[in-house]
Amino acid sequence: MEYNLTDVASVIRSKNSGPYELTFDIIFKEVEMYRKVKSAQVFNAQMFAHLYHIPESQIINLVHFDPAKAVKITIVRPIPSGALGETDVYGAQQHAPLMKMKFTLS
Amino acid sequence: MNELRILSPTAILGYGFPMESFAEGMKRKPHVIAVDAGSTDPGPYYLGAGKSFTDRNSVKRDLEIMIPAALEAGIPVIVGTAGGSGARPHVEFAVDIVKEIAREKQLSFKMAVIQSEFDKEFVKENVAKGNISPLFPAPEITEADVDESVHIVAQMGEEPFIEALENGAEVILAGRSYDPSVFAALAIKYGFDKGLAIHLGKILECAAIAALPGSGSDCMFGYLHQDNFVLEPLSPLRKCTTLSVAAHTLYEKTNPYVLPGPGGAINLHESKFEQIDDNKVRVSGSRFVPTEEYFVKLEGVRRVGYRTISCAGVKDPIMISKIDSITQSVKDRVKNNFETYGITDFFLDFKIYGRNGVMGMFPDAPQSAGDELLIIIEAVADTQEQADTICGFARSTMLHFGYEGRIATAGNLAFPFSPSDCKMGEVYEFNVYHLMKVEDPKKLFPIEYVQF
Repeated sequence: MEYNLTDVASVIRSKNSGPYELTFDIIFKEVEMYRKVKSAQVFNAQMFAHLYHIPESQIINLVHFDPAKAVKITIVRPIPSGALGETDVYGAQQHAPLMKMKFTLS
Repeated sequence: MNELRILSPTAILGYGFPMESFAEGMKRKPHVIAVDAGSTDPGPYYLGAGKSFTDRNSVKRDLEIMIPAALEAGIPVIVGTAGGSGARPHVEFAVDIVKEIAREKQLSFKMAVIQSEFDKEFVKENVAKGNISPLFPAPEITEADVDESVHIVAQMGEEPFIEALENGAEVILAGRSYDPSVFAALAIKYGFDKGLAIHLGKILECAAIAALPGSGSDCMFGYLHQDNFVLEPLSPLRKCTTLSVAAHTLYEKTNPYVLPGPGGAINLHESKFEQIDDNKVRVSGSRFVPTEEYFVKLEGVRRVGYRTISCAGVKDPIMISKIDSITQSVKDRVKNNFETYGITDFFLDFKIYGRNGVMGMFPDAPQSAGDELLIIIEAVADTQEQADTICGFARSTMLHFGYEGRIATAGNLAFPFSPSDCKMGEVYEFNVYHLMKVEDPKKLFPIEYVQF
């Protein structure tokens, strides 16, 4: 069955983690859905690199955090916060591709 | 002592708090009022320019309530990362406000001022000794990078705060501080578990952001015990839930299980979050794991130049369809025009909102264009005058640029403002974000005492 991430997540956000990293949090509404997504490895480095059109080597960390029913992905910021070419100093509006994301669970 | 109580009035000093929440906090007889006053989030400018990103009147308003209340209750007020970035001018900004409050309200107290800005020579000595390593993904540091930096600050742990408390400070204003330190210092001084104290500090530093609904301008209260801590929001409108607290543990962190700081990391693999009543959450199991050697985090910025911008809209569908080739042609024309004049070292960029303005840092991600665009022409050069010249020339070139297929021949840009160009002043970038090995986490952060 296909799901829209926006239907099953209560929080989808991006933010700086220090000036050199961007971090993305997805918090699920229901623990059951979180467990399914976790065991099916819906979120993995390959999928995330594809979503943002970045090399997999730019992904620093991808972790499931049970206490918050959350997946967290941290990447190398394409440019450090505030460097020339910046478009989002706080990194708080880089989550949009996740809001269009669909995934399939069997 | 079985319980240590901590009042966190607001997420950032100057963001404010409702008086009702603060009064609820004081009713619970806190042992300390602590607040974080800074962040690197607003970007490199503030550390470089020596300016606060929070407004002076707003900071004064918060301190004017906190300091008299704390003095009356006989408890300390601790402020970390004073002035927003914690270099000497930022600390001075906060000291000046406290002096004004003491004078106006005729208050008498002992203040400790802790500095966190390092001299460049000292940092260079440490570069030479190999004591400084980059925090991935920052690049390696050289002595030249240090020379270029305007201010270099280090994040202090709880040790200098404990010393100031032992010396009877009633108000502590500190430079750049590891956010949880201001909340954890008194607890660690009294022998409470450091892992729990720092984890509690991690949550309190954002005040009511960890509640539901979250707010950066409302109070949060922490109760620290020997083997757990409890969080309670002070507004009846908010609740702490296991989810809101656990979710906050993710916020702005690389990895929610291991949170590194000065001298070690807190490990959350065994942490438990329990709902103990409608609006309170109990947390246990968090551990502090010290590193073999003590490291502090350095932050520094260098000046890149001066910026001028011009904003304009585009509605013409033919122009929108050719926008990339137009901006490239304008760039080429600007470069060519000033080459012979000797202005060659500048940065010229077009941020195109309605297409990839927000996510321009991911150039390969798919783009879609709306039926109108906002273009920000940005020039950065060695002087403000040169930035004005480059931006102004790019703007006039773009306005009348005769692109292929053009049928609207009167002008290409819709300016919302006259004048169309805006001087943005100095531009900085981070160039130091490194760990430095230190022998004594206290003596690097000198403390001065002032008696009012």
